Amino acid sequence: MLGLAADRLRADMNRLLSFLFHQGILDEQFLQLQQLQDETSPNFVSEVVNIYFHESEKLLRNLRSLLMDREFSDYNKMGIHLNQFMGSSSSIGAKRIRNVCLAFRAASDQNNRAGCLSALEVLEHEYCFLKNKLHELFQIQQQRVLAAGVRYPMQH
Amino acid sequence: MARNGGVAWMRTTEKIDGYDLSTSDTEEVHVLAVDDSLVDRKVIERLLRISSCKVTAVDSGRRALQYLGLDEEIQKKETNGFDPFFYCDFQGLKVDLIITDYCMPGMTGYELLKKVKESSAFREIPVVIMSSENVIARIDRCLEEGAEDFIVKPVKLSDVKRIIDYTTTELREGELREGARAKRRGINKRKQREGDDDLSSSPPSTLSSSTSSSPSSSIQSATAPSSPSTLDSPTRRLKMTSSE
Repeated sequence: MLGLAADRLRADMNRLLSFLFHQGILDEQFLQLQQLQDETSPNFVSEVVNIYFHESEKLLRNLRSLLMDREFSDYNKMGIHLNQFMGSSSSIGAKRIRNVCLAFRAASDQNNRAGCLSALEVLEHEYCFLKNKLHELFQIQQQRVLAAGVRYPMQH
Repeated sequence: MARNGGVAWMRTTEKIDGYDLSTSDTEEVHVLAVDDSLVDRKVIERLLRISSCKVTAVDSGRRALQYLGLDEEIQKKETNGFDPFFYCDFQGLKVDLIITDYCMPGMTGYELLKKVKESSAFREIPVVIMSSENVIARIDRCLEEGAEDFIVKPVKLSDVKRIIDYTTTELREGELREGARAKRRGINKRKQREGDDDLSSSPPSTLSSSTSSSPSSSIQSATAPSSPSTLDSPTRRLKMTSSE
């Protein structure tokens, strides 16, 4: 029975990862991060991703408050936040988010405020989606660890 | 942290009787990583540790200079009579390689590169630049200023392994040269003491000329290529410049 649970969890995880790669939400940089995780650093991916979430939410809030300001004109300042967000998204393999950032930057380069606002909306939506999916992924991985522990209690 | 001060000063002393007092005596390469992004710092730290390096990660060019002991503020204080040992808290182990982001607030990676290369104490340390922008002009500018290599982000394990490989090779060659020089000094001392004619067969001049034409300097002397080709990584161009 327990063996079945572990297999099912692994299948769930692979299905989710497949989906994320297929849809272009994640790219091979995410795989690179997974390769850096091992017994000496067993939570590396979730640690980096949680830092990413924390920073991203700050940056998204900054971008929104800049753009919502009726007297907004500081595209340079917005560009700095945007570049930071783009950089860290690329570093964790968040391909789709990075691509939306590119479109956002193009609108910003043209001082196109309406374009920036709609790009920001897409960005917020994509970010929410990614965060949910990655949380799901980490939950499955945690369950796998627990399932393995129950199955092989001696190994602890 | 005071003990670090002692260690930092030791690295500038000469070898005594051939006994190496340098702190980076171990196999591990010590890398100073500079990046303002916490996400990127975590990733580069992990990439370097997995490649068997010691890592010190800082979040700005200014802190990198402080760590090296090159910070102008500290130097100004030294000339005004401040005790430099007090500031040795910032200094640590000998750095074998600096890897820095290009785009940082305050001091850019390019400015950090220039400061390192302008310093007599640290200009030999290879500096690698990382950037998310694959801009040829930027790459060329960094290489011309003496950067060892240029990595386009996101950084992968293969990038880091390649850099550590040739840094390790450079360090080993450096140690071999040092070993040869120390031997030579030893031979000369014995000659002076014993006046032994047998040892005159290996005169110091031959050894010094062979070590000065070492091939390891060729990486530094690579000039910017004229035309960008369709390669996976801009850093490959470094290896190809000898044909141009």
